[in-house]
Amino acid sequence: MGVGDPFGMAITHAIASGMGGMRTAGDLVARMQIARGMKIGEAKNYVADRLGVSVPDLTDPIIMREVREDLNLGLLHPHAGSPKCMEAKFNIARLLDIDINCVQRFKEKVSIYHKF
Amino acid sequence: MEKIWTRFGDGSPVELSADELKRDLEEGTREAAERGNIPALSKEELQHLFDIFSSPHRFIGVEPGYEVVLSYDGTPIKMKRAQVNVDRLQCLQIYEKLMGADTLEMGATDYSFKPIKPVVTYEQPLLEQILAVTTAPVFYGAMPNLGLYSQPDGPFPNPSELLPQGKIEEAQRSYEAAVEAAVRDIVYVSDAMYTSGADAIILDTVGAAGDADYLAGLKATEILKEKYPEICIELGMAGEFVLGMHGDLFYDDDRLAGMYPHEQVKMAEKAGVTIFGPVCNTNTNESTPWNLSRAITFMKACCEAANIPVHVNMGMGVGAMTVHDHPPLDVASRASKAMVEICRLDGL
Repeated sequence: MGVGDPFGMAITHAIASGMGGMRTAGDLVARMQIARGMKIGEAKNYVADRLGVSVPDLTDPIIMREVREDLNLGLLHPHAGSPKCMEAKFNIARLLDIDINCVQRFKEKVSIYHKF
Repeated sequence: MEKIWTRFGDGSPVELSADELKRDLEEGTREAAERGNIPALSKEELQHLFDIFSSPHRFIGVEPGYEVVLSYDGTPIKMKRAQVNVDRLQCLQIYEKLMGADTLEMGATDYSFKPIKPVVTYEQPLLEQILAVTTAPVFYGAMPNLGLYSQPDGPFPNPSELLPQGKIEEAQRSYEAAVEAAVRDIVYVSDAMYTSGADAIILDTVGAAGDADYLAGLKATEILKEKYPEICIELGMAGEFVLGMHGDLFYDDDRLAGMYPHEQVKMAEKAGVTIFGPVCNTNTNESTPWNLSRAITFMKACCEAANIPVHVNMGMGVGAMTVHDHPPLDVASRASKAMVEICRLDGL
């Protein structure tokens, strides 16, 4: 994006043409561009397929709230005990079948890969 | 038809007749097509732009299905500039939870790799904390900013002083030395932040100091991709045209000076860039319809040439956005919609 006050620039683009971030599946589609270099259409189809929803559902906050809750992918308003942040990223990596850099490093640091 | 209310590139208001609007749209695309030697927009695309500008609504958005991924540059700086006193961790939480951000970006106030290098060990633990309390992908961004490598700010003779003296070769040697130093700094900082868990690295405003600046971005990408084949690198440009400040720099067999976005993206792909951010600068003396038609012509050619995702730069002064800190929502939303729909973008 670029320079400009957040209301005029970041929020304007988010409302006019953005995926919706964690309100919907914006972060998940972004992960496929990052991890696999997918173009937008391929990334949306991939995420929709892995989530078991249609492509239009990906930008619907009502549907995606339920999907994210059911699949433990992190919520905008998390409940007590629901997976958050790093916990949610473990689930996102597994569901999308991708490596997430910080998740891999978390596993190394907490000795998940080591046998005691 | 009543007059159509829009703005100049600096944001000042202007009313156009339907004929004037059509003329500006046609002249904008013709200007880009001639400069870039690329196709002008079709009649249908110009009509779509006409419809967008003649819409009476204050704010408009893309048709459902066209939504794209948003990536950011210098995110925390926007909060700091507005004197909202939150640390970078809270800033990214605000973007993620309150502003619908698809991705997050951590950057330092002095958004250049060179000054970050000596403090990178302070950047790393903060990034690690941020990654523990956010869910969306976190990029780490900075600029090559080759200007910091020439005297008095850096170690090498200043090409801007050498060139007027006719010392062309000395200026070129200085640029070449700066490229090597900048590549070392970019790789050092990016390596550290990736090791701390960053989801991606953004090389932003690449080419700001001309072809040498662009070469530094490409070379650094190549080195990082060789070390970390899975790393995501987003490379965002500074302008629509690579200035030939050195004039004789090549990436493989291609001269960098004079490249337009549809050529720049091919170099980026060759270097291993994952996401490319092309730029088209806004002309403040022309109307937003003229600027948008011109910008879309460049960006569409870039998207058609690209095999990697393209996130067009649409911040202040680029992508037909006004050259003003507070972009008016009317033209900003029109530019956002038109750019995404006509170029079939992957992101902004």
